[in-house]
Amino acid sequence: MSLTRQDVEKIAHLARLSITDREMPVYVSSLSSIVEFVNELSRVETADVEPMAHPLVGQHQRLRPDAVTDSDHHEKYQRNAPQVQAGLYLVPRVIE
Amino acid sequence: MLHDLSIGALADRLAAKEFSSVELARHFLARIERLNPALNAVITVTAQEALADAARADARMAAGERGPLLGIPLIHKDIFCTDGVRTSCGSRMLDNFIAPYDATVVAKLKAAGVVMLGKANMDEFAMGSSNETSYYGPVRNPWDTTKVPGGSSGGSAAASAARLAAFTTGTDTGGSIRQPAALTGITGVKPTYGRVSRYGMVAFASSLDQAGVLAQSAADAAAVLKVMAGFDPKDSTSVDAPVPDYPALLDAPLKGLKIGLLREFFDGLEPRNAKLIRDALAVFTALGAETVEVSLPHLPMSVPTYYVVAPAECSSNLSRFDGVRYGYRCASPKDLTDLYERSRGEGFGAEVKRRIMTGTYVLSAGYFDAYYLKAQRVRRLITDDFRAAFEKVDLLAGPTTPTPAFAIGAKIDDPVTMYLNDIYTIGANLAGLPGVSAPCGFVDGLPVGLQLIGPHFAEARLLGAAHQFQLATDWHTQRPRGYE
Amino acid sequence: MSNWEVVIGLEIHAQLATRSKIFSGSPTAYGAAPNTQADLVDLAYPGVLPVFNGEALRMAVKFGLAINAQIAPRSIFARKNYFYPDLPKGYQISQYEQPVVGQGAITILLDDGTVKRVGVTRAHLEEDAGKSLHEGLANASGIDLNRAGTPLLEIVSEPDMRSAKEAVAYMKKIHTLVRYLEICDGNMQEGSFRCDANVSVRQAGAAKFGTRAEIKNLNSFRFVEKAIQYEVARQIEIIESGGKVVQETRLYDSDKHETRSMRSKEEANDYRYFPDPDLLPLEIEEGFIASVRATLPELPDEKAARFARDFALSTYDAGVLSASRELGAYFEAVVAALGQPHAKLAANWVMGELSGMLNRDNLDITASRISAEALAGLLKRIVDTTISGKIAKEVFESMWSDGKAADAIIEERGLKQITDSSAIERVIDEVMAANPKQLADYRSGKDKLFGFFVGQVQKATGGKANPAQLNELLKSKLAGGQAVS
Repeated sequence: MSLTRQDVEKIAHLARLSITDREMPVYVSSLSSIVEFVNELSRVETADVEPMAHPLVGQHQRLRPDAVTDSDHHEKYQRNAPQVQAGLYLVPRVIE
Repeated sequence: MLHDLSIGALADRLAAKEFSSVELARHFLARIERLNPALNAVITVTAQEALADAARADARMAAGERGPLLGIPLIHKDIFCTDGVRTSCGSRMLDNFIAPYDATVVAKLKAAGVVMLGKANMDEFAMGSSNETSYYGPVRNPWDTTKVPGGSSGGSAAASAARLAAFTTGTDTGGSIRQPAALTGITGVKPTYGRVSRYGMVAFASSLDQAGVLAQSAADAAAVLKVMAGFDPKDSTSVDAPVPDYPALLDAPLKGLKIGLLREFFDGLEPRNAKLIRDALAVFTALGAETVEVSLPHLPMSVPTYYVVAPAECSSNLSRFDGVRYGYRCASPKDLTDLYERSRGEGFGAEVKRRIMTGTYVLSAGYFDAYYLKAQRVRRLITDDFRAAFEKVDLLAGPTTPTPAFAIGAKIDDPVTMYLNDIYTIGANLAGLPGVSAPCGFVDGLPVGLQLIGPHFAEARLLGAAHQFQLATDWHTQRPRGYE
Repeated sequence: MSNWEVVIGLEIHAQLATRSKIFSGSPTAYGAAPNTQADLVDLAYPGVLPVFNGEALRMAVKFGLAINAQIAPRSIFARKNYFYPDLPKGYQISQYEQPVVGQGAITILLDDGTVKRVGVTRAHLEEDAGKSLHEGLANASGIDLNRAGTPLLEIVSEPDMRSAKEAVAYMKKIHTLVRYLEICDGNMQEGSFRCDANVSVRQAGAAKFGTRAEIKNLNSFRFVEKAIQYEVARQIEIIESGGKVVQETRLYDSDKHETRSMRSKEEANDYRYFPDPDLLPLEIEEGFIASVRATLPELPDEKAARFARDFALSTYDAGVLSASRELGAYFEAVVAALGQPHAKLAANWVMGELSGMLNRDNLDITASRISAEALAGLLKRIVDTTISGKIAKEVFESMWSDGKAADAIIEERGLKQITDSSAIERVIDEVMAANPKQLADYRSGKDKLFGFFVGQVQKATGGKANPAQLNELLKSKLAGGQAVS
């Protein structure tokens, strides 16, 4: 089952990835072949089989005690930030 | 030569003051400077930090401390966050990223006194089987520099094989430690899922990723794994179970060990590879093990299953790379959407974008049941097959890869062909099982790896079997020409 | 409009009052400088992982038990994927299938005194997002991630409400409940308690629901009421003029008193929910649930029923007095000091004068300038007729402003009631003598002048004549008879 250019554009937007016009056909073709490849799965009989989200058997989520364990390191962390002002991370204006 | 010594021998000689940790570090740093350009295995060399680590190790030894990894030089795969040192994940997206913290694995090894020489090249965000997708250029196999070293821990494998460090760390999501270990003639260990902490290891596919080691031998790997493994409260998927003393268990006799030979592994295997594997198995039977034919009927579905689950998880894990708080940001974004689309479009390479899009597709409305849920069901069937097999045998054995190293550029244009390189390794990741690859011969001068897979938490048995094999053979002592 | 039916469902987001965040060890305190309470996990740095705060689970289970809901034996965290600057991971850890709390219900008291059951579909745990700030930033928005990772309990109602007033009553009930349970401070100005309203209209008797609009982030009861009212009118107008209501997300503009479409969320989002692989399934065992159940306080409905029963209060009064645990405790303390037979008096004063003062000075009951014991002390003096109810009000005001006890004020200002009949009679006689015309008019049928005489006597006695005695004596004297002593 092949993907169309429109499919790929929609997926690329959902994933916030810019794809140039030149690159588009390559992605359409490679994504189509990947999807075709994984379509093999439809041949497997899986009625009544529980999906497996974790390979850990018999493990369940551990509960952490409600304690504050962190202190303020924002200066160190913000050294990595592309654009910071008054302690805030800047992005182009968001209009609600 | 210093770089020929095992970790145990190095530790002993350091303790005996035959040389200092600083001298050892300088030796390896010189090797990196001389030999790395041809390999491109190391992308960040931390010479100053290494010498400081070494001086600290020397001081600890002078104070009477002894430890199996004290003063031992290593290179970390560039997927582990290292405080104050660039952590790039082989990507333009993190080319300017200085990690502000140490991964748990890094911290544990640091506490044991290792000397970090640098960060190893890798397939971008651990996505690849040939180390050709790195922003920093491909890594070359020291056995033949026109060939790939495998991936995604290609830099770690090449560095280990070329003896640029005493050992290297890697990660394995679909075979990314075992496969490059096989293609470069070294011993690679992927532990049980949950055995080693994932905190600080940049996530690719959260339910599949595991940190491990690429070393000269099972004995060396055992010493490292003992330090790396263990419960971490910062990782909810970390298992709270005691860590066995792996080095002490290496000599457990193999008599009576039942080794399963997977029919699915041997079907269609290239004859010369197949012979090497069978010869290796003969070593085991000579040591007292017995081989049993087993079948994992759903195993052939492991690659399509993986290529639904892994992309799905990574498509979500990589959403945090958006140019806002760290990492690559596009120039002059005109609005928020543009900021995201171009920072990510320009920051990520093609394979990463392909996998993000695949993952987005299989999770999207209308496709979720047919792809994601379906794959997780098949995953359970594969896992159940393994469990059934382990009721009959103690370990599974077979080849690590379908072929030895292939030429750089040979497969990179067709993703599906590339994906099939992982055909023998992926099953263990889906089921969370531990696996080891050990060198077992050469085809056309290129290394071939033998893979052993065990049930959950059977690392001691796997390492012991590999160690006994290495006592009876010398494949693991071979050096690539020019890297002696 | 009488043939239109309004259908409302509310999604309430209550910030759980944990000390640390739901998946990280950062503090949750409000008001810190930007990004000083955001650690590596909150900032979604590469390689970090979530670890779940057990207190959030306890609080969610407590809520579920309080609304008689099913508690899931096994609960899963899921990722809700979308891109927005206040969501650093590019996904929110929430719950999709198998939420912690399943189907439950609460009851609300309507204006006409009837009780209505409102269903709760589910309640689940999730993490809050950060904040976007726009002031003082040219062409940019500034992101503060202090709030990112604060635990939220999202409480989803069934679409059972049929008017803005019912919606507000439901929201108030949930607000009271979460404060009773001490799982949320309910501070709407600080954003601890927010509400999204799903509103649609349909012809009365129609089988299907109409298209709904979602109004987001309403953070006051008044706004909820006004926004719903506006939205209902807007939708009816659209339909009646031949149009179709669009399913969309809207914001309430409290300055313009209208709802408007949210531009940034116009596109339908495919959230691609899947179980979060970094977190394992929660196993919620019977023993754990039992231990939480043991910590449940007397719930608002139980307290109200008890007040009504034990203190012979009306449903309405019992409801007002049990609106918060603190108010209920205050009231009970007054009754304890005053005596149960006088519960109604206590109720009237707590709901009346005391609440009036608290409102005027913008104080919570816990900051009341008159303690329960002190109030009881004042009310005792009404009961024992030392002072009249009217004088008591004056004393009350002095108690509030001066902080003195009732007895001290009564003594200092000589406010004791005159209960000596002959003394009252003497004053009545004087007043009657001083106002012959009014006396004549009253005796010739102008009954209304009774009040005039009452006023004159009270004026002469400085308001201290016992009203009941005054009434009786005055009636008798005005009628021309002899006083009965």
